[in-house]
Amino acid sequence: MHGNADVPSVRPLAIEARGLVKRFDGFTAVDGVDLTVPEGAIYGILGPNGAGKTTTLRMLLGIIDPDEGVRRILGTDRPHEVAHTIGYLPEERGLYPSMKAYEAIAFLGALRGLPLAEGRKRGKELLEEHGLGYAIDRQIRQLSKGMAQQVQLLGTLVHEPKLVVFDEPFSGLDALNQGKLERMMRGLAAKGTTVIFSTHVIAHAERLCDEVAIIAGGKVPFAGPVDVARDRIRPQVRLETRAQDGPWRGALPQDVRREGSHWYFSLPESGIEPLLRALIEGEAGILSLSIERAGLHDAFVAIAGEAAARALEEDKDEARR
Amino acid sequence: MSTAPRAGRLSTLQAAFVMARRDFVAVLFSRSFFFFLLGPLFMLTVLALAGGVGKQVRQNTERPQLGVAMYAADTDAVVKAHSVLAAQIGPAMPQLVVVRRLAPGEQFDPLSEIKSNKANLAAILTGTPEKPTLTGPQERIGDWQGRVALIAAQAAGKGPESFPDVALSGIATSKADQSQSRMATAQIGQTVLFMLMMILAGMVLSNLVEEKGNKIIEVLAAAIPMDAVFLGKLFAMLAISLVGITVWGLFGGAIWLGSGNSLANYPAPAVGWPMFFGLGVLYFALGYLVIGSIFLAIGSMATTVREVQTLSMPVTMLQLLNFFFASFAIAQPGNWIETAAIVVPFSSPFTMLAKAAQDDALWVHGAAIAWQLVWVALLVKMGASLFKTRVMQSGSGGRDKKRWWQRKSPAPA
Repeated sequence: MHGNADVPSVRPLAIEARGLVKRFDGFTAVDGVDLTVPEGAIYGILGPNGAGKTTTLRMLLGIIDPDEGVRRILGTDRPHEVAHTIGYLPEERGLYPSMKAYEAIAFLGALRGLPLAEGRKRGKELLEEHGLGYAIDRQIRQLSKGMAQQVQLLGTLVHEPKLVVFDEPFSGLDALNQGKLERMMRGLAAKGTTVIFSTHVIAHAERLCDEVAIIAGGKVPFAGPVDVARDRIRPQVRLETRAQDGPWRGALPQDVRREGSHWYFSLPESGIEPLLRALIEGEAGILSLSIERAGLHDAFVAIAGEAAARALEEDKDEARR
Repeated sequence: MSTAPRAGRLSTLQAAFVMARRDFVAVLFSRSFFFFLLGPLFMLTVLALAGGVGKQVRQNTERPQLGVAMYAADTDAVVKAHSVLAAQIGPAMPQLVVVRRLAPGEQFDPLSEIKSNKANLAAILTGTPEKPTLTGPQERIGDWQGRVALIAAQAAGKGPESFPDVALSGIATSKADQSQSRMATAQIGQTVLFMLMMILAGMVLSNLVEEKGNKIIEVLAAAIPMDAVFLGKLFAMLAISLVGITVWGLFGGAIWLGSGNSLANYPAPAVGWPMFFGLGVLYFALGYLVIGSIFLAIGSMATTVREVQTLSMPVTMLQLLNFFFASFAIAQPGNWIETAAIVVPFSSPFTMLAKAAQDDALWVHGAAIAWQLVWVALLVKMGASLFKTRVMQSGSGGRDKKRWWQRKSPAPA
């Protein structure tokens, strides 16, 4: 994981949202979402499709206004006032097809207050830096979907924003470009830029994020550091014994599951020492013992529920197809 | 990457300019706009050709004629001089008709002859070639004075190096005649304004379809206020329209002037031609912005070009209604119908342009322009809000519920 989990609590907040509610034709898409994103953090909003991730991001950015609740972004409740310090890559990418690549980047910068001439210069530099120099003068309609996506990504960053919001940034990218994007996000955070992104792929959030908000059914059952999310469920113990039975078995917790000579169970609240003592005294013959901290996926299942986890897996499969 | 200059916060107008610049350049250099420009040019060419043929036919019947009423010998000398000069100068020389060969001592009243309007007489030349007098409407005799001096000099056998002074006797146009003439100018002005609106304002309807189709709208909505998007698009299309009008105007004007026409042949509007044209451009711009903001709002609800096409019919009807209302209002000067047509923002530009032809008061135009600007701002705001709530499905707020004066300054970021 990236970053230092104990630092965020003292950092000023880039985003603060309280009780955001959004209804569409009677359907509540977002239902009382609270979020706090510290400055300089990489923050993930994790949830299956339809959970309310995009709607939440749109409300934070001022694209739509919430029906209820309050949002503050970089110190103001009017997102457009700080638009020049924000970069946004929407889930549904879009550029004007007739624009040349560097002009598209300059236009996105101009929308955020960057002078057009400077945007054009930076656009050319960025395209060169990212190996797309050959596409500088090509029209967007002449680029592949992946290349156009990269152009839009560069346009999102051309004005050097303090806060970057990515909505499902990894969708549509191949593994190579996903890796590049992850490195870019880490690079931004290292320079002090706050990065917030939504994803339905837990692995990305687990690798990148300081903090996450788990969202399901429009609600956020958990928002905070990734470590805290993982600590929501007890570490898993994997035990291998020579003996198959004996009085020591009474010391194993109730949720124990057996597979051959292996035993799987949650770490007891009393810790591992009393259990170890019982196993040794009962001559269980310990061949191996490991304690594994829960992954974010397990934490997600525990927090958001099985149904949300299944939806998340289905989204991932869908994306792969 | 270079760090200076940095991005700065855009005001709504600056953001609108960014949007307008993009749209203006994109439309101006598109193939479809080129063909759009060509359409009316073809029409103007066809009209010019048809007009040329018609003009040839009309020349002998409708062309304003210069009458001559002098003693017989002087009349013959003038007729001979005219034919010599007409052969050299061509159609610029007014057509000459002999009104009467006067007997010695005979009196002749050119004023009553013109007013009897038996022929297509625009002015009458009396006196002698050495001391000619030209009687007719002021603008006409002023226009013909030089040419008449040339004819008189030739008739007097002095040659072009010595022109006699041509005495001018202007006829004051009656108030009734004047208001009738100005009514014609008002109607022509309104019709031209309406035609331009019909051709150009429809472009705005489909203006947001591209952004919605390409999903760019979300990028725009996140970066700048929707008011700025609407305002930018509206002004871009207005600028494009003005480019179109300039091209068509220059082309049409060249054909019109090349055909020997002159504004002097048409009844002058009350405010004068330069002010009338200036107000025409201004009222076109305001009318375009008022109607365009409605069209933009309606068009923004559409998701496809087909939907836009479906919407265009009721929209055209709406335009026609405005035009008819304004046309009706110019025949009712001073009563409540005219006032209503001035107050209703959609008919106001048409009515006010007609008023400029009929009434020389300028302050009313200042007031009308301010009124229409208020409506442009209101309609853009309403259109943007409607788009945000209906298309983007935005809600009611998300700000501190406190009023601005109750809020504390934002926490340092």
